[in-house]
Amino acid sequence: MIQDRVAGTVSPPGVLFAMLGVAALLTPFMTLAANRIVAGEGVMAWAVAAPALVAPGLLAVAAGLLLGVPAGKPWLRLFGSVLGLSGLLWLLMQGAPALLDGEGGYARVSPAIGFWLLLVILSLLLADTLTALAPGPWMRLGFLAVASAVLGVVLWSGALADLSVMQEFSSRRDAFLREALRHLGLAFGSLATATVIGFPLGILCHRRAGLRGAILPVLSFLQTIPSLAMFGLMIPILGWVGDAVPGAQDLGIAGIGFAPAFLALVLYSLLPVVGNTAAGLAAAPPAALEAARGMGMTPLQRLLRVELPLGLPIILTGLRIVLVQNIGLAVIAGLIGGGGFGTFVFQGLNQTATDLILLGALPTVALALAAAIVMDALVDLTRRTPKGTP
Amino acid sequence: MIEIDGITKTYGAMTAVDAVSMTVETGTITVIVGTSGSGKTTLLRMINRLEEPSAGEVRINGEATHSLKPHILRRRIGYAIQGHGLFPHHTVGRNIGAVPELLNWPKDKIRARVDELLELFSMDPDAFRDRYPAELSGGQQQRVGVARALASRPDLLLMDEPFGALDPIIRTRAQEDLRRIQQRLGSTIMLVTHDMEEAIRLGDRVAVMDGGKLVQHGTPAEIIAAPATEFVADMVGDVERPLRLLSLIPAGEVVEEGTANGEALPASASLRDALSACLWTGREAVPIERDGAAAGRVTLAAIRARAEAHG
Repeated sequence: MIQDRVAGTVSPPGVLFAMLGVAALLTPFMTLAANRIVAGEGVMAWAVAAPALVAPGLLAVAAGLLLGVPAGKPWLRLFGSVLGLSGLLWLLMQGAPALLDGEGGYARVSPAIGFWLLLVILSLLLADTLTALAPGPWMRLGFLAVASAVLGVVLWSGALADLSVMQEFSSRRDAFLREALRHLGLAFGSLATATVIGFPLGILCHRRAGLRGAILPVLSFLQTIPSLAMFGLMIPILGWVGDAVPGAQDLGIAGIGFAPAFLALVLYSLLPVVGNTAAGLAAAPPAALEAARGMGMTPLQRLLRVELPLGLPIILTGLRIVLVQNIGLAVIAGLIGGGGFGTFVFQGLNQTATDLILLGALPTVALALAAAIVMDALVDLTRRTPKGTP
Repeated sequence: MIEIDGITKTYGAMTAVDAVSMTVETGTITVIVGTSGSGKTTLLRMINRLEEPSAGEVRINGEATHSLKPHILRRRIGYAIQGHGLFPHHTVGRNIGAVPELLNWPKDKIRARVDELLELFSMDPDAFRDRYPAELSGGQQQRVGVARALASRPDLLLMDEPFGALDPIIRTRAQEDLRRIQQRLGSTIMLVTHDMEEAIRLGDRVAVMDGGKLVQHGTPAEIIAAPATEFVADMVGDVERPLRLLSLIPAGEVVEEGTANGEALPASASLRDALSACLWTGREAVPIERDGAAAGRVTLAAIRARAEAHG
């Protein structure tokens, strides 16, 4: 009985998050290193700055974890997770200048295991709460806009400028901007190209079962090639094209660089685009199609008025898979000189400079997350029939 | 007038429809009835060329159907199918206006036509116009499906088992609605069913198909009174033939002078209803009223005389 009552008033994941959060607070929150290469030493959360500066942050994190415990109060839990995340930010902002004070020009300060664990735990709390709230597509886009704006203001204000990863950024400001554009170009450009090729192919596959049986296995096979191998394979192939075809090199086609990376991403994108286009077009109820034919719609009218609108959510889901997948895969382009955030990741790996790796990895993760949220909202917005209909 | 002239459909060595000829008068309902595999649906689908005939031709008001492009032909022929086939992503209004939209009617004309049809099917336009098919009951979906098929005032309405997915009570109501609306609009309808009861209730003419051949084509009374083959007799159901026949005759036809006890029946009730009322209450006769006024009576003897007068 008592157990039942307790279970009704507390959220089991909330309790788990609180316990994990307290444990995470007992691990080093930040590290201080003499320079950007050597390993640093951990500093506990309560020691990163003067007690009066640390106290509000610690309190906010603890209160946030605690507010996550009650069940059935999603808005309270949402507030808790935001409060906790603000506490983390506060601790970083106070800790970075305080720790660097008097440590000399080469010293570096970074978030440590405790910070990352708490970030994950509070994000899970946030996700758990948002799932319970089940916000509509517009609201989710609103949350994303607010979160991006807050992140943008914090980064722009220079409040985190003392962190090592931001120092890596400030010494590469121009390169970062260039590689960011290159990364977006790779991800969105390959998506656009794959859509232009794959969409008509998907329609053909839908119309002709024989073609479908021939094309989809080939695309599935492409998908099974490991990404490193695929990028590697592009080098000899495009290298040969660059040498053999007159004018190809003037267009930038060569064994390394943008072209092979772009082509590899396009090849990976074809299966989701073609497969989901064919599946989406097949989703229209057979009776509706029979009626459309019987009332005198031409094949094109059936496609535009019945099959496409009914299949659009599934087709967009395919594009969502491609976009998120390519934002991640484009990192590997850095390995064959294709540019993008991968450039920093692989430079960082070569120099064992963790913060340089993060400079490439963090924006990639953020970009993929934002793309997933936007595309999911679009998929929901294109479901124009009321809930519960096929 | 619809003329079907020696129309045949073969799939390889198999003949689905074998040289069927018949004429459908404008403003009547012809019900094509048969078992599964009798070729009835194929016959219907050859009229709007969802199946291309292997031989023979169909003429609508003298014009051969193969002289038009198939999609142009189909826009002139209403088509309603089992399971309604409504577009789930369009509102009721847009579903009904689908063919007028294909024919590029002006928007206000489409809107007026949609409201007119909803009224005709006893559905309040303001309440139903903007709903989606999934928000309707099965009977309402079916009515919208028929309304859509009638929207452009087609020369001909083809219906393939339109009531097949409905439960018996809603089905009877849908049949009555169709009859009422057909008489009001004067539509020409060809309807396919496997249910002889439905054929007799709805048809001005009944065409019985068996093994791809048209085995009998006539009025319901002719089919019941003189089945051309054993198969037709089986379809009609030998034992029930007198009752089926009586169900076709309105009481008003055999009403005679005199009075009777008990509750009166309207003159439009069938002799089958009158017989049933007599047997159930142990009366020899039932009073008949026309427009609320007493019009005489129908006696058991008169009913028996009509049942014996076939052939």
